[in-house]
Amino acid sequence: MRREIRRFLRIWMQTLLPPAITMSLYFVIFGNLIGSRIGDMDGFDYMQFIVPGLIMMSVITNSYGNVVSSFYGTKFQRNIEELLVSPIPPSVILLGYVAGGMCRGLMVGMIVTCLSLFFTDLTVHNPLVMVSVVLLTSVLFSLGGFINAVYANSFDDISIIPTFVLTPLTYLGGVFYSIQLLPEFWQQVSHLNPILYMVNTFRYGILGVSDVNVPMAFAIIVGFVAALYSYAYYLLRVGKGIRQ
Amino acid sequence: MTKALSISGLRKTYGNGFEALKGIDLEVEQGDFFALLGPNGAGKSTTLGIVSSLVNKSAGQVRIFGHDIETDAVNAKKSLGVVPQEFNFNQFEKVGDIVRTQGGYYGLPAKLVRERTDYYLRALGLWDKRDVASRMLSGGMKRRLMIARALIHEPKLLILDEPTAGVDIELRRSMWDFLQQINRQGTTIILTTHYLEEAESLCRNIAIIDRGQIMANKSKRDLLAELQRETFVLDLEGSFSFVPSIDGYPVELEGDHTLIVEVERGQGLNGLFEQLSAQNIRVASLRNKSNRLEELFVRLVEKNLG
Repeated sequence: MRREIRRFLRIWMQTLLPPAITMSLYFVIFGNLIGSRIGDMDGFDYMQFIVPGLIMMSVITNSYGNVVSSFYGTKFQRNIEELLVSPIPPSVILLGYVAGGMCRGLMVGMIVTCLSLFFTDLTVHNPLVMVSVVLLTSVLFSLGGFINAVYANSFDDISIIPTFVLTPLTYLGGVFYSIQLLPEFWQQVSHLNPILYMVNTFRYGILGVSDVNVPMAFAIIVGFVAALYSYAYYLLRVGKGIRQ
Repeated sequence: MTKALSISGLRKTYGNGFEALKGIDLEVEQGDFFALLGPNGAGKSTTLGIVSSLVNKSAGQVRIFGHDIETDAVNAKKSLGVVPQEFNFNQFEKVGDIVRTQGGYYGLPAKLVRERTDYYLRALGLWDKRDVASRMLSGGMKRRLMIARALIHEPKLLILDEPTAGVDIELRRSMWDFLQQINRQGTTIILTTHYLEEAESLCRNIAIIDRGQIMANKSKRDLLAELQRETFVLDLEGSFSFVPSIDGYPVELEGDHTLIVEVERGQGLNGLFEQLSAQNIRVASLRNKSNRLEELFVRLVEKNLG
């Protein structure tokens, strides 16, 4: 875990600075310029409404991105062998990478939260929900990044899922809008998107409003975490992609 | 006494159907300096990969100091240090960090890790480079870094896969001295190398593997005793346009003043020199055509091909 933290802090210009700049642009363009014309959403001004979603988007992309690039880099440079010859059990290796992804995801989340305070006031409606959902989401996407890296055979392979799956699901996961605005059919389709549950549960923790049932959202997120952890552990134990 | 390494019935078939190991048995005694030799693709790296948990075996059993690599993996791995053939450290990390991090993987206390890192970096001539990114090191330094990393937990068995490949002669000699020193201190060493001179100088016991099978496994002395014939090169004083006739010794003239002579085991060289003297042929110098182990190795592998 220490090695993982050292890695992303060493290259902070690539890991911490870009999301801070991107999110500041979102706040200025969507929140201030366009948001002032949109008006209220779910009883909050548009800037307040999108802040929880943008924080969650940062946590998701950075947790995922940290583990996928770090583990693939470790495979690519073959220094995964340092871990394989050592007596560290697969579960601890996995937890180390997940903890590294969580640290970066949560650190970027904190940076984005601090930046958002320059644009709007934030009050926390339910701290327990807010903290627990952001932690679980960070674990979930760290695990996702790990599985992606196990299967990746080239640097292209580690950008396919973030570009073609993660980004669309995040944008369609209620970051910028309430799904109440959608026609009934698309509302039902949106409920198939797991990121919708994370964004809305986090928004509930901060603003107290949500498009989804919060206990059910927790059950879904915990279910995904359990499934992805089991699968990632299995892949590591059999040495998929790392042992011949 | 428990063997440092015990391999029985080890098989490996890769996904493409290639059978790299065909059921090998091998034992290495504690404290030994052991060489595993073989041509490219013979199965050396596969064998060592399985022992190091980097390659999954298809069948068989491997024990390191009595610990099965599957059922008692933690103790087996704690007893083992590995120096692979290819550089396999993070090129962006600093030399000191690479060694220290590896110590952490073995659960060593931070103070001990610092002490050992300092000791091995100094012993291997890397102390001045401790804060340099590993990619900035020369090839020889990178090899020494991998040795320092493998020794951080002071394993009882150290495996080195081609440790001196691409290393200059002076540095190779200093690495030999270092390896002999840690072997004298009790570390069992298993080495693969293409420099047969290296194996002949360092190792007490030797196994030769070819096409996934062990062709020979005995002490260096017994192995060399199997050598039935040696080839000598004699540099002659003066030039010759004809091949001298020498009874009992097949000879060839190479150039105009070099004689290649094959000598059967037990035949001795006295008869050769007597005949050369009788013909007024003076010998300026004498040497083996190749080193003895190399000659034996080539014959064994050729026999297997035949």
